[in-house]
Amino acid sequence: MNSVSAHRIVRLPVLGSTNFRRLLRTMLPAISLALILIAIAWLNPRAISYFGFNLMLNLAIPIALATLAQMFVITGNELDLSIGTFVGFVGCVTATWLREAPLFGAIVLVGSVGVYAGLGALIHLRNIPSIVVTLGMSFVWQGLAILLLPKPGGSAPDWLLTLMALKPPIVPLPIVLAVIIAIVAQVGLMNSSYGAVLRGSGGNPVAIERAGWSRLRIKVTLFTLAGIFGVLSGMALIGITTSADANIGNGYTLLSIAGVILGGGEFVGGRVSPIGAVIGALTLALAASPLLTFMHIPPDWQVGANGAILIVVLAARSLISRRES
Amino acid sequence: MALARNLLAQPWIWSFLGALLVWLAAVTFTGGYGAGGMITAALSLAVFTVIVGVGQMFVITLGPGNVDLSLPANIGLASAVAMKVMDGSDIRIALGLAAALACGMAIGAANYLLIWALRIPPIIATLSASFIIQSIDISYGRGLQIKPPPGFANFTNLQIHNVPVLAIITALFAVGASVALRSMIYGRSVSAIGQNSRAAWLAGIPVEKIRFFTYTLSGTLGGLNGALLAGYFRGANVDIGNEYLLASIAVVVIGGTSVAGGKANVPGIWGAALFLVLLLTMLNTFGVSAGIRLVLTGLIIVGVITAAGGPKVLR
Repeated sequence: MNSVSAHRIVRLPVLGSTNFRRLLRTMLPAISLALILIAIAWLNPRAISYFGFNLMLNLAIPIALATLAQMFVITGNELDLSIGTFVGFVGCVTATWLREAPLFGAIVLVGSVGVYAGLGALIHLRNIPSIVVTLGMSFVWQGLAILLLPKPGGSAPDWLLTLMALKPPIVPLPIVLAVIIAIVAQVGLMNSSYGAVLRGSGGNPVAIERAGWSRLRIKVTLFTLAGIFGVLSGMALIGITTSADANIGNGYTLLSIAGVILGGGEFVGGRVSPIGAVIGALTLALAASPLLTFMHIPPDWQVGANGAILIVVLAARSLISRRES
Repeated sequence: MALARNLLAQPWIWSFLGALLVWLAAVTFTGGYGAGGMITAALSLAVFTVIVGVGQMFVITLGPGNVDLSLPANIGLASAVAMKVMDGSDIRIALGLAAALACGMAIGAANYLLIWALRIPPIIATLSASFIIQSIDISYGRGLQIKPPPGFANFTNLQIHNVPVLAIITALFAVGASVALRSMIYGRSVSAIGQNSRAAWLAGIPVEKIRFFTYTLSGTLGGLNGALLAGYFRGANVDIGNEYLLASIAVVVIGGTSVAGGKANVPGIWGAALFLVLLLTMLNTFGVSAGIRLVLTGLIIVGVITAAGGPKVLR
């Protein structure tokens, strides 16, 4: 009797309503981030400080930027398997040419964004799978990075070092940057009219085309955005690490995909969330090492713990969405 | 003429033409020297890509989003398990192979369980699983330096008239996979699910069962590959499977299988695997540096896929 009534209460409008679940689902990335922060605060209260956040979230900014780059590609129902090596390539250019010959370095970086735009056009015009094209490009970027910087080295331009070492009052720089990046991407993709068209191209490309929008232009725009955010990611990374290495970005390909999905994005249908993606990247960056170090998890198992965290968050999400539908 | 046109219409022909072209380029460069040796070497290395490529092909054919990213970690763990169970003794070879197969099978089944129970996209499920497997492998295989049993190492390197025995067996396996794909209920079901999983379900195909079997098959082939690689390279290693993440996907797609699912092609996997290995051989004979080799490999992959073009849109 008691259990039955308890069951009924849970199903009463307020808690059980679809709206609530939808809200919960939207909030899930933020909730996972909060849970990880609480865990860190509980394990090591001193980490929750200006200095602590600066250290813990240091690498979150390049990851967040790479995640947004991946998100733009996923918006158009494509996948970029080359973003990691692209970030590495940009890092190598930043640590060498951009310092020694700023103008030439800048031209190379703009040119590499142009290559991304070209890839978007190629994928659309020849109707070829982006997975394979970007797979091939991942070798190209890696090869160029190795040619440029056969051994780890180089150093970041001074202005970039100064920028990434800024200490704004009260709120640490990584958080300030994350908020700015998230808002810019959110407003651009979710609240602008062309942003809606871009997302629509992932949802129903035929309808978008019949409405008079050029699918070629949409794909080129999405890949150009991915290229721009990839360049920013590589530069931010070098601003933090101060020197480069041809393999420095390799892990970012899978991290960026995981970040988009953690942030509530989906592989098809143009359903993405820029704010969610940034939160997903922060969650991954925090879960990656600070949390595991505080939990005294041996290095052997840190990668595994990362996988486990991913699975738990996604399991929670699917639990909520299944009830929703 | 009709035959030629018919051949050119086959999606797999391009990968073989590509392989032939890079081989000819390499042979021309060396002035004919080592032409046969190159093919022997290419066959022995292509075998490993073909084995995982076939598993990956069935997975990719299940439809958009289906892909097995856990293969590298799977191969690494299975290679360690095989070497540990074989323990360098010839009489334990079968036992070690069975253990590696079981290990791969368990990983494949676990992948599917994640996808099915948690409704996670396969890319993320197999990626997360691979993180966990990698950790298991690192802690299990720490300091592991067991050599394969001499009998097993010799078998994986065995050649008859310069043709690797493994290549012959793998060719027969590919024929089997091709028959399974074209004429068996399993293969037809995989294609049907890839074309339209809802329609397949309405037609009475046990969709989830077929998906379960496919992920388990891919995992099992990964396990087999791990054991064979450890035999061929004389030792297990955490990183032994790393290159097969990209390679397994690349051979499937270059070989003419549709990334959108529903349309698979087995012969193309052999062509694409030979193409990738011979491409590397060619660039090595040219004596280019590692950086240029990577750039050229990438550009050629993009070039091939651009030339072959995508599927013609019917709708």
